[in-house]
Amino acid sequence: MLGNIQTYLSAFIVGGIICSIGQVLIDRTKLTSARILVAFVTLGVVLTALGIYQKIVDIGGAGATVPLTGFGYTLAKGAFRDVDQYGLLGAFTGGIKAAATGITAAIFFGYLASVAFRPKAKR
Amino acid sequence: MASKRNGKQTVKIQTPVSIASSACIVGPKEGQGPLRLYFDEIIEDEFWGEESWEKAESKLLRETFAKIINKASKTVNDIQYVIAGDLLNQCIATSFGLRESGIPFLGLYGACSTMAESMSVGAMLVEGGFADNLICVTSSHFCSAEKQFRFPLELGGQRPPTAQWTVTGSGGVMLSNQGTGPYIKHVTTGKIVDMGIKDANNMGAAMAPAAADTILTHFKDTGLKPEAYDLIITGDLGKLGKTICDELLRNQDLDISSRYNDCGAMIFDLERQDVHSGGSGCGCAASVLSGFVLNEMKKGTLNNVLLVATGALLSPTSTQQGESIPCIAHAVSISRNLS
Amino acid sequence: MEKILTKQEYVKYVEEKSPKSKLARNMTRAFVVGGLICVIGQLISNLLRTRGFSQEIVSNLTTMIMVFLGALFTGLNIYDELGRFAGAGSIVPITGFANSIVSPAMEFKSEGYVLGVGARMFVVAGPVLVYGISVSVVVGIIYYLLRF
Repeated sequence: MLGNIQTYLSAFIVGGIICSIGQVLIDRTKLTSARILVAFVTLGVVLTALGIYQKIVDIGGAGATVPLTGFGYTLAKGAFRDVDQYGLLGAFTGGIKAAATGITAAIFFGYLASVAFRPKAKR
Repeated sequence: MASKRNGKQTVKIQTPVSIASSACIVGPKEGQGPLRLYFDEIIEDEFWGEESWEKAESKLLRETFAKIINKASKTVNDIQYVIAGDLLNQCIATSFGLRESGIPFLGLYGACSTMAESMSVGAMLVEGGFADNLICVTSSHFCSAEKQFRFPLELGGQRPPTAQWTVTGSGGVMLSNQGTGPYIKHVTTGKIVDMGIKDANNMGAAMAPAAADTILTHFKDTGLKPEAYDLIITGDLGKLGKTICDELLRNQDLDISSRYNDCGAMIFDLERQDVHSGGSGCGCAASVLSGFVLNEMKKGTLNNVLLVATGALLSPTSTQQGESIPCIAHAVSISRNLS
Repeated sequence: MEKILTKQEYVKYVEEKSPKSKLARNMTRAFVVGGLICVIGQLISNLLRTRGFSQEIVSNLTTMIMVFLGALFTGLNIYDELGRFAGAGSIVPITGFANSIVSPAMEFKSEGYVLGVGARMFVVAGPVLVYGISVSVVVGIIYYLLRF
């Protein structure tokens, strides 16, 4: 009832591959994690625009949407949808509209967490 | 040349300047390291009952300062100067820690070389007859340093194997024109050396040429041989920096390897403690000096020591602007005997 | 020092001397942890789908729950430990995006709720939004131009 095992397997593999690409970038290029995140989001937008990322999502499911490239996918898809609907204005409304849940959730839960918790030293 | 100068960068301390007392307080991680038995106090939690990392660091420095005075059986009124610094912007750990001390204060910034820098200035002040007793003290705190120089603590990520771990700790000494030693004999003040390393996660390699430069100059200026010392100890080059410094010196026909060690490589167990290349921070050289070195000198296992504390003079801004890292190393030679 | 070695020589020497990250080990860890986080995402979205939500609601709710989990585990001081083990495996998923917002917010609480938490929250995540959104506008405009 929770979908067949196939969906989990492909999510695991596709998500794993995307993350290991990130690891290669970290280890071999001295990019900080902030730059990696920027690169992945941008890459996600561009690949979606080129029609490639949709295919990865079709195969990987959450394995493609959970990584930050998926955030770029959401942004680009939203922009296209709104362009279809409202014309040029859609390029400015679509992205954030589609990604609103993620952004708002991160800000809101982030605020709550900062109120509730205290940082701890690494040992 | 001024009569007390000895070569290009070195000063000879002629009237005895004695290290009257020393103290250090370190954090829990340092307290699990191989030198744990040498520290005066090990705090159990990095906040130490304070509201912020910065306040905790100030408390470390303040309590260390009080311990140094107590251990010398002096009072605040006997101290004429306190010479101190730390890693935080505008040296706030120091100035807030010493806010209530009521002693003339000279603030220094030498990054992780601050301990040797303050002792250099202090020794010259005492030798020159400008003070009877003064205190040199520094501190660093892993969490406040991470916050200022790197990323928030809770941000998940990996450090490269060349990265070093900022020591949570404070250490210091009282210098006096009386007392039975150990004595400060020479001060070699380093010059800024920048060999083009830009990676802020590889400070050991950035600082190693500065350390090698100061060590070379020290032997050239004084005419001494490495055999004059039982221990030559660099500040916080860590494992990689130590290897590089040793090789640089050997290329210059100066072999110190049999008596060479590094505070950053000693303070942690590099295999067990996940600190990558070793310790760093003002508190690293300070706590290894006032904990390990001076206690071993008291016991008589070490007689002559050359402390070469190293500092990377970078800021997050300079790193973001793609600048390479200017570095410095200051040497202070300490001996049990006057002659 | 420059008399013996030029800066270029020294930088090259240091590069050879510096220990490299254990790439194979790190990649394996990133693969497994990153993959597992995605499996959790898949599980959540499959669960929601069986409840009969539409695709759009499913993907929005999944994102929200993943972000919540990322924020929660950051607050519980667990996510940084995970990141130390997994590297990109926990940085790249959307939970890592949440971590990059929550961690500075917690850290800078000592500077107050407005200029500390409020302002510093986007130290790491801000660039992600700036570039993600800007590029989405650019591709949106290009799409618009190509369509007509």
